Amino acid sequence: MASTMTDDTPAATRRDGDRATAEAGQGARDSVTARSVTINRPAAELYRFWRDFNNLPKFMADIVVIDVVDATHSRWTVKAPGDREVGWTAEVTEDQPDRLIAWEGRGDIRNSGRVEFRDAGARGTIVTATIAYDPPGGALGKLVAKLFRREPAVQAAHDLRRFKQLMATGEIATPAMNLAQLIDDEESR
Amino acid sequence: MRALTWHGKHDVRVETVDDPGIVNPRDAVIKVTSTAICGSDLHLYDNYIPSMMKGDILGHEFMGEVVEIGPKSTLKLGERVVVPFTIACGSCYHCGKQQFSACDNGNPAENQDAGEKLYGQTMSGLFGYSHLTGGYAGGQAEYVRVPFSDVGPIVIPDGVDDDKVLFLSDILPTGWMAAENCDIAPGDTVAVWGCGPVGLFAVQSAFLLGAERVIAIDHFDNRLALAKRFGAETINYKTTDVAMALRELTGGVGPDACIDAVGLEAHGLTADNVYDQIKVSSFMATDRPHALRQAIMACRKGGKLSIPGVYGGFVDKFPIGALMEKGLQVKTGQTHVQRNLPALLTAILDGKIDTTFLISHRMPLEAAAEAYKLFKEEQDRVTKVVLKPGMVAA
Repeated sequence: MASTMTDDTPAATRRDGDRATAEAGQGARDSVTARSVTINRPAAELYRFWRDFNNLPKFMADIVVIDVVDATHSRWTVKAPGDREVGWTAEVTEDQPDRLIAWEGRGDIRNSGRVEFRDAGARGTIVTATIAYDPPGGALGKLVAKLFRREPAVQAAHDLRRFKQLMATGEIATPAMNLAQLIDDEESR
Repeated sequence: MRALTWHGKHDVRVETVDDPGIVNPRDAVIKVTSTAICGSDLHLYDNYIPSMMKGDILGHEFMGEVVEIGPKSTLKLGERVVVPFTIACGSCYHCGKQQFSACDNGNPAENQDAGEKLYGQTMSGLFGYSHLTGGYAGGQAEYVRVPFSDVGPIVIPDGVDDDKVLFLSDILPTGWMAAENCDIAPGDTVAVWGCGPVGLFAVQSAFLLGAERVIAIDHFDNRLALAKRFGAETINYKTTDVAMALRELTGGVGPDACIDAVGLEAHGLTADNVYDQIKVSSFMATDRPHALRQAIMACRKGGKLSIPGVYGGFVDKFPIGALMEKGLQVKTGQTHVQRNLPALLTAILDGKIDTTFLISHRMPLEAAAEAYKLFKEEQDRVTKVVLKPGMVAA
């Protein structure tokens, strides 16, 4: 932590990103990732879309389904390596309209998520997502996840880009030539 | 449908592939009536561009008839359109600044990792030009799915021949932007390396934008003759020392602006180019920048350097000293095609710009593989090949 006085970067970009982020109170698990995108839509609109967890599977590739139970609880079913599925119940732990949503997941995998919306003037809104989790099966699980391209840092970056595309353009860019190819691509992902 | 697919170095084939359809709400499907082979397609043919996959459909210069539309498309069935090679959303920050080839959203999320690693940020999607630019199927085919069809395609009035407007898809706006990037002032001399289609359109555009003199450099007599036709003075680098000639032609000053319309596969007869060939063939560098080096060295102090020529990776022995010490201004980039389409279409309809002179060959799509070979091997004679699906071989 020697450089905090002269380094203004977000904790997750430091070389000791996992520890720095945990110490900054933004996550306390084994693997942490934070990514930002700028989306030229108002923060309120982006917050509203994200806050309805029914919408998350539209841009988060690994989620099979989210069932919203009540205002703060939802049940997530997520793809895991080896054609398996894992699940957890997420509870919204912090909710500041148009600014921030944080949740904790308890189930097969302990995890937490946090998404912040900051006004960026004429450029729209800066959206920063921080995902912390206990990888399935510790280090081995992480290795397997990597092999399946479901490494959380990569997946979070892709999810955020898809969120941006959906919010800015109303659709998610795909090279698929037709619907059959799109379904094939999504199944093989 | 039938389409031209890539299978490796100097191996392209016309095959039967899946028909495209509507995937996203803003899509349209175009029935291709004319599609051209671009000089930059030869970089794919020669396997210089990374992230190609067997079976990829090539082609980014095409036009045709709208045969299917998504619910958010603004096109109408039956309209004839020319499609820009850059796939841009029209609604992100960059599109808002008319920087369409820098669009944030045209490139699929999974394909953006490679671009981020190679360039720091990902550029827009492109048709038929590797997975780095999205992996989109290209237009050397009977049909193409066109994303964001409400932003890119320009509608062509009835009665205007394909040949007159096809090049709005890439090379005409690219030549125009190359000249625009020179911020030409009255009295300026502009030097253009490479008299391929982009170079020739840059010559025309430079004059239209007010250049007093344009000097064109190439080694193919036929191409130099075409440049001369548009009023350029010419230098054949096979017979002349280009640096010395440019200095003498400009009274010792150097050209006010230099355009590198050659790109990453520059030919040349000098020591640095032989060195580049060895480096590239042993994978120690990816691009051969001979024309670019020469342009930097030739340009006058405080002059402008415009690079429409395509580069993909890294170069060696880059004259950064000359660039910095002389205070050159550099402008480059894939073309923001959508930006200039209406003005260029008007210029064509008004007879101010003619692009048909370029077409040396019209061939059926079925003969596309032969066309690539011909274009690669006989660049002097073959200035531009236009493929027509459905055309019967002569």
